[in-house]
Parts: sequence; C-alpha cells; structure tokens
Amino acid sequence: MESRVFEDNKKTLGKNAMESGMTATVMGSESIFQKKVRVKDGIAQVLINICALFSILLLVGITGYVFYHGIGVIDWQFLSTVPSFINDTFGIAGNIVNTLYLIIITLLIVTPIGVGAAIYLNEYARPGKIVRIIEFTTETLSGIPSIIFGLFGMVVFGSLFGYSIIAGAITLALMVLPLITRNTQEALKTVPDSYRIGALGMGAEKWYLIRTILLPSAMPGIVTGVVLAIGRIVGESAALLFTAGSAQTLPFFGQYGEGLIEKIGQPGGSLTIQLYLSMSNAEYDQAFGIATILLIVVFIINYITKLVAKRLQTE
Amino acid sequence: MANSVSVMSKGSAGKKASERIAEIIFVVCAFAAVAAVASITLYMIISGTPALFQVGITDILFSSTWNPTGSVPEYGILNVILTSIVGTAAAVLIGVPIGVLTAVFLAETAPKRLASIVRPAVELLAGIPSVVYGLLGLLILNPIMYKLELLIYSGDPSHEFTGGANLLSAVLVLAIMILPTVINISESAIRAVPDHLRSSSLALGATKIQTIFKVVLPAARSGIAAAVVLGIGRAVGEAMAISLVSGSVANLPLPFNSVRFLTTAIVSEMSYSSGLHRQVLFTIGLVLFLFIMIINIVVTRILKKGTEE
Repeated sequence: MESRVFEDNKKTLGKNAMESGMTATVMGSESIFQKKVRVKDGIAQVLINICALFSILLLVGITGYVFYHGIGVIDWQFLSTVPSFINDTFGIAGNIVNTLYLIIITLLIVTPIGVGAAIYLNEYARPGKIVRIIEFTTETLSGIPSIIFGLFGMVVFGSLFGYSIIAGAITLALMVLPLITRNTQEALKTVPDSYRIGALGMGAEKWYLIRTILLPSAMPGIVTGVVLAIGRIVGESAALLFTAGSAQTLPFFGQYGEGLIEKIGQPGGSLTIQLYLSMSNAEYDQAFGIATILLIVVFIINYITKLVAKRLQTE
Repeated sequence: MANSVSVMSKGSAGKKASERIAEIIFVVCAFAAVAAVASITLYMIISGTPALFQVGITDILFSSTWNPTGSVPEYGILNVILTSIVGTAAAVLIGVPIGVLTAVFLAETAPKRLASIVRPAVELLAGIPSVVYGLLGLLILNPIMYKLELLIYSGDPSHEFTGGANLLSAVLVLAIMILPTVINISESAIRAVPDHLRSSSLALGATKIQTIFKVVLPAARSGIAAAVVLGIGRAVGEAMAISLVSGSVANLPLPFNSVRFLTTAIVSEMSYSSGLHRQVLFTIGLVLFLFIMIINIVVTRILKKGTEE
C-alpha cells in the first residue's frame, strides 16, 4: 500500500521541464527526481516527534504542577523554623541543615576514595584481571538500587552508630562512589600522555607528577563528579529512611560549637525524607513546598554541571 | 662503584617512602568498590537466608498469603515477586518504545535547535528525585485511576475499590522514571553507528526512516538492549516513588488491584517489623538483590559483546 506523491523535486523538475520546452508526458514516467514518499515513513516520523514532545511536556507539566502548588507554601517561616506542635506551625530548617550535613560528610568520605581509585586504575594498574574486577564491581555498585543500600546501611552502619547522620553519610558514600571514580577516570584519560612523559623524563616522582600535574588537569572532571554526587544525595530517600532517620530538629550549638559535631552522631531526616513523611501523612501543602525546593536545587545543580562541562570543552 | 650514584640503581627499592605510601593508598581506594560489593552481597545473604529455612522455602517463595501480623503469621511473597516482574515488564513495554523513539529523534531526525530543547529536558527529568514522582503520581494519577475504576467496576460488588492506588498507576510512574535512562543510553548507541552504514543505505535508495529502522537501529541493537536491561534494573529497584502510589496490599498483579512490589514491601513494613517478620523482609531484599545482580551481569555481557563486535 505505497502511495506515490510527487514532492518538491517533482515540481521543480516540472518547472524546469516547462522552461526547457519539454512536454508534460515526461512528468508521468519514472524519473530519478521522482521521490518516493511512503505513508509509513510519515507515520513513523510523526510518532518520533510525539515521543520527543512527550518528554518536554512531561518536564513542563511536572515543574509547572509542583511550582503552582508549592510556591505559595514557601515563606520565611517555612524555611527558617522547625515544626512546632505548640504553635501548630511547620518548617523545614532542620531538614535543610540535615541535608547539608549529609552532603558535606558524604563528600568528605567519598571524594578522596573515589579520586584515589581512579588514579590507581588510570595511572598505576596494568590492564588485567584486577582492573577488570575493580571496574566490574564499580559498575555493579552503580546498578544496586538505593533500597538495598538502605538495608545494608541499616544492618552494618545502623548497628554501629544507630540512626544517625554518619550512618546515612557512609551509606550514601558507597552509593555515589562510582560517580566520582568514573568522572575522575574520564578526566584523567583526557590528560595528554606527553605531560606524563615530560614530567617523568625530567626525573619527577610519580606521586609528584600526580599531585602537581594530573590532579590539577583533571580538576573539572572531579568537580563534575562531585556536583553529580550532590544531586544524587539531595534526591536520595530510600537509602536514608533506615539509616539517617527522620528527626526534624536543628543541632544545638553548645558552648563552643561542640553540638554541631555531636549532630553527626544523631538522627536527621533529609528534605526528601520529610517530603515522604509529609506525603504519607497527607500533608500535601508541606510536600509540595519541599518538592519545589528540591526541584530548584536540582535545576541549579544541572546548570552548574553544564557550566563545568562547557569550561572543560573550551579548554 | 657501589657507592656511586647510578641511573641503574633506581629500582623499586630505591623508591621514596612517600611514593610507596601513595601507591598503597591508591590501591586501597581502588579496592573500596570491591569491598563494598563483597560485603553487601555477604550481608544480604546472611540476613536474608535465616527466614528461608525458618519458614520453609516453599512457604515463602511459592505461597501467596501474606499475613505477618496474624495469630498464625504467614509469609508468602509469591504475589510480591509476581508484582515486581509484571509491573516492571509493563513499565518497560511502555517506556522503552517511547524512549527509543525519543533517542532516534535526538540522534537522527531532530533539527539542532529542537534537540537542544529536548536533551536538557531529558537530563532534568533524570534529576528529579523519586519522591517527587511519587507525590505527583499520588495526586494526579491516582484520582484519574479512581475515576476509571468507578467507571469500569461500577456494578461489580466483588471488586475491592482501591481509590486509584493500583498496579496501573505504579506502572505509569515507573515507565516515566525509566525514560531518561533508556533515552540516554539508546542515543549514544545510535550515535555510535558508523556513518558509512547510513550512507550506503541511503545510496541504495532507502528513505531516511527506512534507514533508521532497518539499518541504524539493528546496528545499535546491543546498546539498545543494554538500555532496556538498565531500564529494567531501574524499575525493579525503585521504591519511594511507587510505595504510596501502588496501594501496598499483597494482591495478584492485576491492573486495578492494589499491589505490593518487592521494594515497597520493605519500605512500608520495615519500620514496625520485628523478629521473624523483619527477617522475611530481609529475604525479600535478598530476592530483589538476586534480580539486580542477574540484571547487572546481563548488562556487562551485552556491553562487552557490543565492544567486541
């Protein structure tokens, strides 16, 4: 069922033919200018366009819906207080602080390990079984769902530290390790070999070479990994539910700020956890307020990654 | 000669201490991932197997009655396993065609300017936290499903009304959530297809669409297969987005039944479970973990095959 439609080519051909004084009978015969247009092609093209449009509509719809319902909830009290039963008010200051704690501690743990692993894989290891095993486990780690990390964290770190920020942070560190390792590795691969040969040829030690040449050159890649990791941490919930707990309180400052350190050993619910709890309690206003803030953070992080990537390209 | 400085003497023994320490530290870092995967595997097995033997393997895996808090507790998770399989399959059936066609759009047919709108949109979709998808599913999809349910089962007294929290809602949420994964990986697979295949096909007189569907997509099949399997992995492992949307009752996976997935079973009961009940939840975790490990191994196989070709 192929219908043949004459397209632009045909028209111009016709025009040329007329101009050059040819008769119209040529137009009806087979010609290489006669382009076949299949109906199936048209349908497929329309389907492809609809699918592409779908993802845009999805994003616009999600953001629009969340912002529409959430923007009105956000005010100074929402951002700067903790929930109070006495005043019957709600605020997410505690959750914001907990999320920041989780981001900082997770990154402190995971960045050195991830970067170190990438350096080993790219600079020291010779291709072989060990590298294959390390790369396979890194891949596997990135494929394990967060709920499994949550269970593991609960059994191991939860029994060590109880529900606490530190238990949550270590669990998250395992989760984002592949992100850091892979991005650093990619960045190290782009450092030209002539840098290495040059430095080693002048008698530099390997560690010196890594410290002064490779790491600075790989910095944008490391930063990308870190920013992506922050995005993952901010959005994570299943791995934190059973490890970091759901406390909404702000840390006490203490006399010399020791309360800020003690907080690390205390439970603390992140923004996502509070969103989940609000949702479970049918407090949808609160949930949309938090969702709005999460979306804004996600968009900012996405923008930063783009900026870093762009700088990486222009260099 | 022995005391003189020689370029030859610089063997491994001549390395500075800082050099050796640095290398050791890097090795340790590199093995962190290995240690993590090994200990996760170990702990999942240790905490997941006792219940299997205590309750009996057939009573857990092949029984469909889930009543852990009854006077005679029953721990059959067959329905839960089936739900995860059926739900994931359905989500993949919906999500993969949309995802692959979007990837075709981005890699083959899109004008540059349009692609530069669609691609960031996909990236942003990937970044949205799963709880936000859950919130929207709960407040947008569930009411729609409830209306559908009222329409379909209006005269049916045997139907248990779910308020829209059913398998169908969860499947739609999952299908949307796997889209970014499928799109990204399929797109890079399609881009990796060498241009001479396209030119030869076009030179033989095939149209652009024929070239895409008969030449480019078959050539990119291993990458697309990896995208599908990774999508499956993402759908099987998703917990928070669907835990409230799916209704959380361990029923047979029928479209308008309130159902419970492997992941949501853990999320919704872990906080109040204890004793054997908690151990069974860990068994559910172990089943989920096995699924994921199989999927991981399949993905690496496919990707390896792809690079060998």
